[in-house]
Amino acid sequence: MDGTVFKYGDNVDTDVIIPARYCTSFHKEDLAPHCLEDLDETFVARVQEGDIIVAGNNFGCGSSRENAPLAILGAGVSAVIAKSFARIFYRNSINVGLPILECPEAVDAAKDGDRLSIDLHNGEIRNETRGGSYKAVPFPDKIAKIIEVGGLEEYVRRRLQNR
Amino acid sequence: MICRDHQIKELETILGQTIAQKILALHAGRAAVAVDELVFAKVDMILGTDVTVPLSVEVFRRMGADRIFDPKKTVLVNDHFVPAKDMKAAELSKTMRLFAEEMGIDNYYEVGRSGICHVLLPDEGLVKPGDLIVGADSHTCTYGALGAFSTGIGSTDMAAAWAIGELWFRVPGTIKIEVNGQLPKWVGGKDLALHIIGHLGVEGALYKAMEFTGPTIRNLSMDGRLTLCNMAIEAGAKTGIVAPDEVTRQFMSKFPELSYTPQVADSDAEYVEEHHFDVSDLPLQVAKPYLPSNAVPVHEVMGQQVHQVVLGSCTNGHLSDFQLAADAMKGQKVNPKTRLIVIPSTKDVYLELIRSGLAEYFTEAGAVIGPPTCGPCIGGHIGVLAEQEVGLYTTNRNFVGRNGHPTSLVFLAGPAVAGATAVAGEIAHPDEI
Ligand code: SF4
Repeated sequence: MDGTVFKYGDNVDTDVIIPARYCTSFHKEDLAPHCLEDLDETFVARVQEGDIIVAGNNFGCGSSRENAPLAILGAGVSAVIAKSFARIFYRNSINVGLPILECPEAVDAAKDGDRLSIDLHNGEIRNETRGGSYKAVPFPDKIAKIIEVGGLEEYVRRRLQNR
Repeated sequence: MICRDHQIKELETILGQTIAQKILALHAGRAAVAVDELVFAKVDMILGTDVTVPLSVEVFRRMGADRIFDPKKTVLVNDHFVPAKDMKAAELSKTMRLFAEEMGIDNYYEVGRSGICHVLLPDEGLVKPGDLIVGADSHTCTYGALGAFSTGIGSTDMAAAWAIGELWFRVPGTIKIEVNGQLPKWVGGKDLALHIIGHLGVEGALYKAMEFTGPTIRNLSMDGRLTLCNMAIEAGAKTGIVAPDEVTRQFMSKFPELSYTPQVADSDAEYVEEHHFDVSDLPLQVAKPYLPSNAVPVHEVMGQQVHQVVLGSCTNGHLSDFQLAADAMKGQKVNPKTRLIVIPSTKDVYLELIRSGLAEYFTEAGAVIGPPTCGPCIGGHIGVLAEQEVGLYTTNRNFVGRNGHPTSLVFLAGPAVAGATAVAGEIAHPDEI
């Protein structure tokens, strides 16, 4: 996959990703029009299918709302690359199928508007604009297995069927 | 298996375990667990609220689940957008109500008998020392005050926990926070929390557990401990824990029918970091916008005009918090240029406000008392800030747009500063109004 970088700083919290006032819905389509609006009013108008959010440390801190990764997915974003992720956001992203990559080097090198390509299978990130290539921190084995079977929802479905 | 048993033997002989490790090990059916290891562990209680339950219900059904592994281990609380702030919020609560009926969940809390989850659950005897608790609300870490391992999850995680009764956890390393010294007058759990988070930063404890210990913590009331553990997430922590002791035992004695097994750390437990604080001279703390870690002594922000003071939330929603704020107000009225919104956190706290005479005092002073709800804490309803308005809240987060318009500013503080500020109309110290 490849897309254009939307770059933000540290501690992008779930309140700015999707403010509580819109959390009376949990459907991607309802959330997407308000994604990041308190941080960057122009984001939703500019973002194209496949684009990539690049951010600093502690991305997704704050509220446990799963509406946050859903809003990002709904906006058409293909992946989030950050220096680190807040832990509930990390779990939620895996659970809803939003690809997240932890890679401080790629974050430092990328500028707003760069083109990146990502190979999710081996965690490789290429900065097509500047020419660098980076490897994201791999998921721990057990999490990788959950992702492989299609996420926690599918994992539980299979367990219930085998009961 | 031989290999795993061997590993465990090794773990037991090499490493002492922290409280977090012990609770996770017990619930994973293991003798010991190593930091960063991923384990599946059985949960004792699953908390959901009106904002997070409806999505979980949808996912639960997609999983093909038709019953909750143990309805007694689930609690559903109406608190965020209730009494329903609009039709969409009403639908959320309705979905939760119907699900509770269908699944036979007795721990369903309806408006009027409900309250903010993190104040309600300990008071209802639904959380105990040694428990493994998960909740689809980030401040679920609050119950660490009772010596539980308690942490926030999302809606899909909650659906999975309902279906199979267990979840995966990465065993966190534990940061030991040792606190010494007697807290000065007016200074309490909230100031301690803001001070520690200010020191560690909002990601200082990312993926870690925080264990609060030392003489100050041993002397801290259960209300103060709940406030402290509530804010562990604001340093990025997975949970905040206080080892169960006499204060815990006293608190739990309200529920003689409950049995529990307290867990304490081994004397040779390994900590990933240690921080020591002496709080004998700790000034009252205020966190400036837009991060809870922007903590400064109150004197650095005194004089800042405030349009709205909010007293309450899961962080400072106990009777002792309202009493402290009232003491700081010293019988005076709310400043004509300021609004004071008082939110009793639960039905029981509401009754205590009435019976203690505080409800009458606040009302006569010019405050408005709202129903138990998260309301203004989440910028939901009952006191949302307008463009450029400034608030001083006893809540736990002051992110951009959290409490209303994205240009509004919220300062976080404890009840003493909140009371003084309501009277002065600007950020104030209770001894200087
Ligand atoms: S009072 Fe605020 S922080 Fe606490 S549960 Fe409600 S919204 Fe969350």
